[in-house]
Amino acid sequence: MIASLLASPGAVIMVVGALVGIASSLLGAFLVLRRSSMLADAISHSVLLGIVVVFLLTRDHHSPWFILGAAAVGVLTVALTELLASSKRVKIDAAIGLVFTFLFALAILLINLLARNVHIDTHAVLLGEISFVWLDTTPLAGLEVPKALLSIGAVTLINALFVTLFYKELKLATFDPGLAAALGFSPTLIFYLLLSLTSITAVTAFEAVGAILLIAFVIVPPAAGYLLTDRLWLMLLWGGLISIASSILGYLAAVALDASISGMMASVAGGFLALAFLAGPRYGLVAQELRRRRSRFDNAERMLLVHLYQHEGQPGSQEERRVAALASHLRWRPREISHLLQHSLDHGLVTRGPSDTLLLTPKGRVLAQEVLEPWRG
Amino acid sequence: MLELDFTIRTVALGAVLLGITSGVLGSFAVLRQQSLLGETLSHAALPGICLGFLLAGGRQLGPLLLGALLSGALAALLVLLFIRRSRLKTDAALGIVLSVFFAVGIVLLTYIANQDHAGQAGLDAFLFGQAAAMLPSDVALMAWITILALALVLVFWKEFKAVSFDPGYSVSLGLPVLALEVLMTLMVALAIVIGLQLVGVVLMAAMLIAPAAAARQWTKGLGSMVALAALFGAVSGLAGALVSASARGLATGPLIVIAASLLVAASLLLAPERGLLPAAWRAYRARRKLPQQRVLIDLYRLAVAHQDPGYPIEQGMLASLYGFDPGAVLAQLRRQGWIRPLSHEPTEQAHWALTEAGYRQAAELWGR
Repeated sequence: MIASLLASPGAVIMVVGALVGIASSLLGAFLVLRRSSMLADAISHSVLLGIVVVFLLTRDHHSPWFILGAAAVGVLTVALTELLASSKRVKIDAAIGLVFTFLFALAILLINLLARNVHIDTHAVLLGEISFVWLDTTPLAGLEVPKALLSIGAVTLINALFVTLFYKELKLATFDPGLAAALGFSPTLIFYLLLSLTSITAVTAFEAVGAILLIAFVIVPPAAGYLLTDRLWLMLLWGGLISIASSILGYLAAVALDASISGMMASVAGGFLALAFLAGPRYGLVAQELRRRRSRFDNAERMLLVHLYQHEGQPGSQEERRVAALASHLRWRPREISHLLQHSLDHGLVTRGPSDTLLLTPKGRVLAQEVLEPWRG
Repeated sequence: MLELDFTIRTVALGAVLLGITSGVLGSFAVLRQQSLLGETLSHAALPGICLGFLLAGGRQLGPLLLGALLSGALAALLVLLFIRRSRLKTDAALGIVLSVFFAVGIVLLTYIANQDHAGQAGLDAFLFGQAAAMLPSDVALMAWITILALALVLVFWKEFKAVSFDPGYSVSLGLPVLALEVLMTLMVALAIVIGLQLVGVVLMAAMLIAPAAAARQWTKGLGSMVALAALFGAVSGLAGALVSASARGLATGPLIVIAASLLVAASLLLAPERGLLPAAWRAYRARRKLPQQRVLIDLYRLAVAHQDPGYPIEQGMLASLYGFDPGAVLAQLRRQGWIRPLSHEPTEQAHWALTEAGYRQAAELWGR
């Protein structure tokens, strides 16, 4: 079964896409929570410099030095950015933008200058060629396994191990760096580890999805998860699930449209995020709106009860308790009033009195008293 | 040869125009701490370019740039929507919109390529920029956009200034802050549109940030900063265009960005007030001066206590007071003519007294 799976290009591509997504979003969740999402963008651009430099030094497309080069450039990017920002001469956002564009431009220049006769395809580096990942295989346990599957599988494993082993530390350093430092866990060290792994993931994934699209895999699934839940582990889980779903749906859509597979995977992930943004259970736009309406209605009902209670047994109360008075005195619209009345009558809070007036039921009176004098309990 | 010169001139002119526009508009973005908005908007221009191509049925610059502007504006709107109506923070909103728009752009780009459209080759140029493909008519369009952008900045100068430095106060003044912010964002999108052909979507962010960040180091005033940013932008554009013309196979975009980055580095190091080297020099001077001032003041207070401005003080006494040998500091003070050595019977020890100038200097220091 595994053999037939490996022989099917579509299956390999989907699995590679899903693994890239899982590996990236495991780390991305913490970047999103730390409000450093754009560092992922910076790293994924500047990693190109690491790739170019290592390639120029080793002239080898599959050198393990790529990993080290990538990690080094990732750390360099972040260190330079923080150095620049800590000099107080530029703000952090400008610092990010200055550093990675410079490193990226340097990489392109190096390619132009030195690597013209050797083949580094800037296009492939930036956009990836996930459609060819199944071609380049290596024998393993009697099977021809695509190299990309092995490398990204290994990185996924490493990232998962990192997050599992340091779950507590990551959580603490992310949500309360001050406390983490006070307890003796260095948040800086954890942060740099996280970013080094991000760089390594970027360099491993660039062949498949390219440097620029990687940020979609790093940020979008965990951000969608963030919109769906308050639990960190659930956010990680959602990130993984969305990555898998985006990979499968993205592949199918890309094949149908004859367009970029990795681009389509990232687009589908964006679609999931939009869905979470609109229809998320607690923070979604729809849920927010329903909650707003609900509380407006509840307030109006309380207002009605208090209004009736205040005018009980007072001179002129007959006039105040008429339904028509609600429109003029409380400035409610007729539709609102009928909706409200229906609800209050149904729940036995008010009853209809003579000549179109309203009377509080005992239950309604208790509620009104609770609103006005909550301390009586 | 003549033709080559003509191409170089076209590219150089375009690069200078780009530098001016992005320097001016980038200044406001950098001051408002929205440097990375340019990064997002430039990536987000890609789907618009592709849609412009699909709708116009060819590579005409007008529809492409209009598409870029529209999708940039839509992206900016989405960023705002995410920040205001979800729990996502600015960084995540920027990253999401950037990557998803770019992904959609890539999908469209490959779709167009695979549909075998004639003339689609030019579209790739927008990714990394392709200065050589620029036509004089393109430069003319860029010039018009530059003029439009500069005119808008001039017309709304006071408003932009207020909104950039104190949005809260601007609201209380009754300025339409939201509308002004939208206008400024749209203008960033305009600048990006100009730069797409030259430096491409990937490096465009640098053109908005670098000249402004460099200019900020030299001056405090908004007017001078904007003017300087325009100058820096123009210089980087020119330098990048000329260097890339001098050697075959060097892309113009990265060279412009590297030139701008070098300007930033030079400004960070050398600018007279905010520069790191002048600041380090000032700190070094202050560190050197501190012991001098301390010794001078102590001599002054001893002189006052003994009611004798020329009261001689033994060097060994000072040494035991400070716990270090004050010889070097005393020599520095002597070189400045603030103290003089003298001998004091019956000992052979070195003694020092304030000169008149030193006494005045010390009195002033002590009085502060």
